[in-house]
Amino acid sequence: MTSHEWPLFEVFVRAKRGLNHVHVGSLRAADHEMALHHARDLYTRRNEGVSIWVVRSDAVVASDPAAKESFFEPSGDKVYRHPTHYAIPDSVPHI
Amino acid sequence: MSAFAEFEAAIARDQRIEPADEMPEGYRKTMIRQIAQHAHSEIIGMQPEGDWITRAPTLRRKAILLAKVQDEAGHGLYLYSAAETLGADRGDLTRRLIEGRQKYSSIFNYPTRSFADVGVIGWLVDGAAICNQVPLCRSSYGPYARAMIRICKEESFHQRQGYELLMTMMRGTAEQQAMVQDAVDRWWWPSLMMFGPPDAESPNTAQSMAWKIKRHTNDELRQRFVDMSVPQAAALGVTLPDPDLRWNADRGHHDFGQPDWAELKRVITGGGPMNEERIRRRREADSDGAWVREAAAAHAAKGTS
Repeated sequence: MTSHEWPLFEVFVRAKRGLNHVHVGSLRAADHEMALHHARDLYTRRNEGVSIWVVRSDAVVASDPAAKESFFEPSGDKVYRHPTHYAIPDSVPHI
Repeated sequence: MSAFAEFEAAIARDQRIEPADEMPEGYRKTMIRQIAQHAHSEIIGMQPEGDWITRAPTLRRKAILLAKVQDEAGHGLYLYSAAETLGADRGDLTRRLIEGRQKYSSIFNYPTRSFADVGVIGWLVDGAAICNQVPLCRSSYGPYARAMIRICKEESFHQRQGYELLMTMMRGTAEQQAMVQDAVDRWWWPSLMMFGPPDAESPNTAQSMAWKIKRHTNDELRQRFVDMSVPQAAALGVTLPDPDLRWNADRGHHDFGQPDWAELKRVITGGGPMNEERIRRRREADSDGAWVREAAAAHAAKGTS
């Protein structure tokens, strides 16, 4: 990579009020301000958003895909965290 | 258990492969090649129509064409972004394009001779692209499939503006109608070539289908495109330049002639009418823009951003 190549940014767009920002892709820009402008031009040409976040890709910390099992498995055997774990007679309303 | 058991299982369950997943080197290479080639096609594809922006007949047509060419740039960037999730480097991909080490769609190596070409590109070339791309929305590589969904939404505007442009010209003078027919005559066969060589001569198809990168063969998609285009041509009042084109009731499809595959080979390997010009302009844009990229990077380096 040559020195003048721009860093990568991840782009998140809020489609409308009431919704979360959702990841839509990435782009290259020299700095945050340019990243926002590029994100506007690239990902919201047709009113797809009311708000944009840009985050440098190298600032994202991700879970390790190789450790997927040890990382997520602890929640697998805790069935009592789900409402369907509890038997309630059908005759009881609104529960 | 094979080293890629999880990968194979995900493919078998019709699940998407995501960037951090382990994947066979062949899959990664195939995806990078296909996505890069697709991205290059969008970027080079700005040129044939871009040639008409300053010569569009009305302000409305000019605004439409600008929006369309801007979309092509956007599509290229979505795709470079998808390629980067596989470890490819955007600058490196551009260099490979400029140095002729990676290809782009052969269709963009033909010239746009009249404004009717803008309409026919929208109708036939973007129509063929839609046929190719709709199944790619279910392609096994997640970032590629998601980019294709965005692209397909926008391609629909491209095709409709082209068809509407042609309908307008067909309501015009005999000379305008002749321009449309001439453009159809020139673009029909290259459009059929966009689906690639016949299945029997497409060595990569079987592996790409097994990996669920591709969902249909070249010949299946070509047939679908012909079947779609025939009634559209009739409604427009133009003739498709194929004497063998006729409805086959037994097959429930149109029979049609074969494109000149030797021509496709020639154009892909650099012998098309516009190959040199397309790459020359891409190289020029890259070198002309270098100082802007460097200045922006220098500005960012001294700022606090």
